[in-house]
Amino acid sequence: MAFLSYLINGMGLGSVYAIIALGYTMVYGIAKMLNFAHGDVIMIGAYTAFYCLTMFKLSTFTSIIISVVVCTILGIIIEKFAYKPLRKASSLSVLITAIGISYFLQNLAQILFGTDPKVFPELMRNSTFSLFKGQLTLSYKTLLTIIACILIMIFLTIFVNKTKTGKAMRACSQDKEAAQLMGINVDNTISITFAIGSGLAAIAAVLLCITYSTFTPTLGSMPGIKAFTAAVFGGIGSIPGAFVGGLLLGIIETLTKAYLSTQLSDAIVFMVLIIVLLIKPSGLLGKRIHEKV
Amino acid sequence: MEKMFKKIFDKKHISRTVSYLIVIVGYIIIQLMMNTVGIKNLFKSLLVPTCCYIVAALSLNLVVGVSGELSLGHSGFMSVGAFAGILVSGLLEPYLAMGWLRLLIAMLVGGVIAGIVGLLISIPVLKLQGDYLAIVTLAFCQIIKSLLNNIYLGVDNNGLHFSFVQNKVVLSNGGRMLLSGPMGATATTRLATFTAGFLLILFALLIIYNLTYSRFGRTIMAARDNRIAAESVGIHIRNTKMLAFVISAILAGMSGALFGLNYSTLQPAKFDFNLSILILVYVVLGGLGNMTGTIFATIILYVLPELLRGLQDYRMLIYSMILILIMLVTNNQSLKEKVEALILKIKTRFLKKGSVAND
Repeated sequence: MAFLSYLINGMGLGSVYAIIALGYTMVYGIAKMLNFAHGDVIMIGAYTAFYCLTMFKLSTFTSIIISVVVCTILGIIIEKFAYKPLRKASSLSVLITAIGISYFLQNLAQILFGTDPKVFPELMRNSTFSLFKGQLTLSYKTLLTIIACILIMIFLTIFVNKTKTGKAMRACSQDKEAAQLMGINVDNTISITFAIGSGLAAIAAVLLCITYSTFTPTLGSMPGIKAFTAAVFGGIGSIPGAFVGGLLLGIIETLTKAYLSTQLSDAIVFMVLIIVLLIKPSGLLGKRIHEKV
Repeated sequence: MEKMFKKIFDKKHISRTVSYLIVIVGYIIIQLMMNTVGIKNLFKSLLVPTCCYIVAALSLNLVVGVSGELSLGHSGFMSVGAFAGILVSGLLEPYLAMGWLRLLIAMLVGGVIAGIVGLLISIPVLKLQGDYLAIVTLAFCQIIKSLLNNIYLGVDNNGLHFSFVQNKVVLSNGGRMLLSGPMGATATTRLATFTAGFLLILFALLIIYNLTYSRFGRTIMAARDNRIAAESVGIHIRNTKMLAFVISAILAGMSGALFGLNYSTLQPAKFDFNLSILILVYVVLGGLGNMTGTIFATIILYVLPELLRGLQDYRMLIYSMILILIMLVTNNQSLKEKVEALILKIKTRFLKKGSVAND
């Protein structure tokens, strides 16, 4: 039973990673860039939700919506001013710019909100429920996180596979020039991808804050790296890959913390990533692209 | 003699001569300033770290610029070198009084151990390509940090005492803790000097330039520019890349050892992902494969935040804005064309004058 409860808690953590990883993987799939500023968009989302809840005393639902809107707009602004002029630049220049944005957002948050840790208001009373005659205790938080992740996953899969915009996104990720010739507005499609990724970051932010309750301006960096790892784990560029990678990473992390060692959990998680990449060099669900001479 | 002279000022080698000159002249100027007018303590404390970052950036440029593989875990090698160096210097302290010799041995051991780690890491890393390779280097950097965070090592009359994950080291009287988990090294004798840093930069330049201008340099650049073509003419891609990776790790380890011996306390958390990124920024802004540029970029970007210290909280904000602006300006196509047109204009004007004079 203990194992089952660790497994479900791991799925809860993994769901948060999966939602963040979706942001990384969608942007990578279409713009072929590692968006290192994604973790800091999460942080901005957390602060927005926090101030909506505490200062303006808005309801939970409105706060989350406002946070999503703020992050979406932020994502579009970042894309427009920093990444768009670099479309034709080398990938390293784009990487450094993303790092610059990440520093910028972190330091801006330190100036605006201070470096002291903030305590996120308790959105759901730490209510738990028991199954199997009290042998298995689960919290609603964990369930909510898992359900949110699954809903987002279903929504995104339908969006990418069934809508016209989704089709445009898939076309751009395969061949930008050919997509342009078919009358797809590539710039707009990339902007939409950034907008969706950043909106998801806001949801991930609220879920992270519900789980950990305290946060600082560096909130986004470690989950950011972990989620990035999860995206690569599942095969970067692939949406189901991000979901699988995130869940697995969360489960591995929770189980190693429970059974092996708390201090070494990071080392073990990254070790597993390396082993997976050695066996499948393009991630679990990534497509292997063969080089043509 | 004439041949040597020609070789030094040959067009092909001029950039190499320039970087040596810059480093030597810079060292002499700073030494003179220290001995005559004196420099602020703040800048004095920046000298050794700047040298370490320059060497780290130069060695990373060997991987990213010359060999063309993105590495996000360079601070891991610095970390290995730093703690190996601190250990060696700490162990030798009762037996070897000469500080400079201890520093030299520490740097050599730090370099060798970082090189061995680099060799072990390069085997799985170089099986991958592109962004997957980058993420695995990042993963190794995190693993190294995580492992070093859990090593407890002490020394007393009975020899070394080691424990992992939990601190179970019990030392007899007069024993010293060399590494204590997340606290890192706590009582290091500071041995690092500016001269050592200067010599290390010269050593790194010597190795890197001799490598890149040799047969090895040409094979590795061929492998970078066109993997398939290089393979088809018989270049063993993995071996060449591995050599570059290991040499880069050795140099990074040496710079790490110098860095570690510059502080009396050092935590493993200092060498995190952010440090790797910081060094990568120096390399990219300095120019891929451009060693002189790397030296300048490191000096400017490392000293800049310290110069902005007066602005307190805003300094990193301004730093990040400068970073973004540099990237936007250097990649701006229309601006580039304008600058190129301007250079062409100046060139043609000068050439015309020259031709008139010749007539």
